[in-house]
Amino acid sequence: MSWSSSNYLCLSSSSSVTRFSRCKSPCESEGQRGKCHDLNRPTNISAYNSLKPPSFKLDKGQRRNDHALKKPRNISAYYSLKPPPYKFDALEPYMSKRTLEVHWGEHHRGYVESLNKYLGKDDILYGYTLDELIRVTYNNGNPLPEYNVAAQVWNHDFFWESMQPGGGNLPILGLLEQIEKDFGSFSNFREEFIETALTLFGSGWVWLVLKRNEKRLAIATTTNAVTPLVWDDIPLLSLDMWEHAYYLDYKNDKARYVNVFMDHLVSWNAALARMARAQSFVNLGEPKIPVA
Amino acid sequence: MALRTLATRKTLGALSTFPQQLRGLQTFTLPDLAYDYGALEPAISGDIMQLHHQKHHQTYITNYNKALEQLDDAIAKGDASTAVKLQSAIKFNGGGHVNHSIFWKNLAPTKEGGGDPPHGSLGWAIDQSYGSVEKLIAKMNAEGAAVQGSGWVWLAVDKELKRLVVETTANQDPLVTKGPSLVPLIGIDVWEHAYYLQYKNVRPDYLKNIWKVINWKYASEIYEKECP
Repeated sequence: MSWSSSNYLCLSSSSSVTRFSRCKSPCESEGQRGKCHDLNRPTNISAYNSLKPPSFKLDKGQRRNDHALKKPRNISAYYSLKPPPYKFDALEPYMSKRTLEVHWGEHHRGYVESLNKYLGKDDILYGYTLDELIRVTYNNGNPLPEYNVAAQVWNHDFFWESMQPGGGNLPILGLLEQIEKDFGSFSNFREEFIETALTLFGSGWVWLVLKRNEKRLAIATTTNAVTPLVWDDIPLLSLDMWEHAYYLDYKNDKARYVNVFMDHLVSWNAALARMARAQSFVNLGEPKIPVA
Repeated sequence: MALRTLATRKTLGALSTFPQQLRGLQTFTLPDLAYDYGALEPAISGDIMQLHHQKHHQTYITNYNKALEQLDDAIAKGDASTAVKLQSAIKFNGGGHVNHSIFWKNLAPTKEGGGDPPHGSLGWAIDQSYGSVEKLIAKMNAEGAAVQGSGWVWLAVDKELKRLVVETTANQDPLVTKGPSLVPLIGIDVWEHAYYLQYKNVRPDYLKNIWKVINWKYASEIYEKECP
């Protein structure tokens, strides 16, 4: 639900590259032996093997010589593929299970694997969180090759969390007030959002952002993999307008996809939580100072 | 001067049956394919061809016509800011129409010569510049797979330099945005709508298979016209 710390970074040395079950990252429900960890735990970096104090208990299959302190031969960082916070068929009939299987399982997974491959090549991008990695690789408008995959990993994580089963309806509390202040009314906002999505050329994303400098909400569009993080705005919601996001369900009927998103998929709870967090970085309105 | 051109067009327009031409504005219609929707199977499925032609291409044409009418209005009224604002819509939708019209001619069923390698001067020029047709195909596939988001990959001839080039364009930008003297010979649509229903996200498979239905005869004709 937060816009950062949504990926789990785990370090490993090359001598145990197959021992993923020891990594304290949330495992994908498919390929893991051993226990599945709690998916809601916050970011957790764990280093092991050569970097933990030697214990005398041997792990299954480990030989007596192995557990002595070894020099790390090759430290590599891995990002993991985080599953959406609902089951694949939870968004039916608005977004089919098949779309989620392909969109998450193949596109998003492909981005994560490409990112790990890029990061495995050398250490120069070592040590960044995903948010920082995006800003660094964006390189002020001259993106490095890692930028696209890193940003798409982040974008898709954000997108899954921007939707929920039983979504849609209206925002509540402070978010509704802020929308009414900045757009006039919720229906104005909804119309503008839908029109922006439909007039986007090519592949891209539509965002509801909180602009830091102007201290107001706005609708932003980005092409391909660009995200409002790179110009330091705080995104609250996103909508994937790449064709792969809607083609299996709606073919070329973008209008129906966007309307369905607004009416049935968008998670105002997630937006509200992100907004609440954003307010610790951006002052909206005047503080209430008690008189006497 | 605008009044005079309108007047001449009006007299010509009176002879035609299309009411649009009375205003001096040429609008566009969806060109027919020279083959059935299912004739390119299994390289491209009939579903994709039908959607691509009847929905996507038609939408580009409809929006292009709309943008042209609005542009015509704006020019007649002398509204410079609207005229300039419409340019991106014209480039996108007009480019979409131009590119897809070339694309349909670039494809042919295997029975009608799709996939047959080029002979004659184009084949010779390819061997000269790239070594072999296979190497050219590998290069185009690599560039096509590397296109971020939506775009096209082209084999073109530079008519000034008489040279073959491989280029990519983003979204629906026509090839001339990459060079005013570039003439497209073969264009491959790598927008997701061109392959998603069949190949999902595996764009390299789509690129590998589309060569089985590429109409090299058309490309050779264009090449021979530009480089006799």
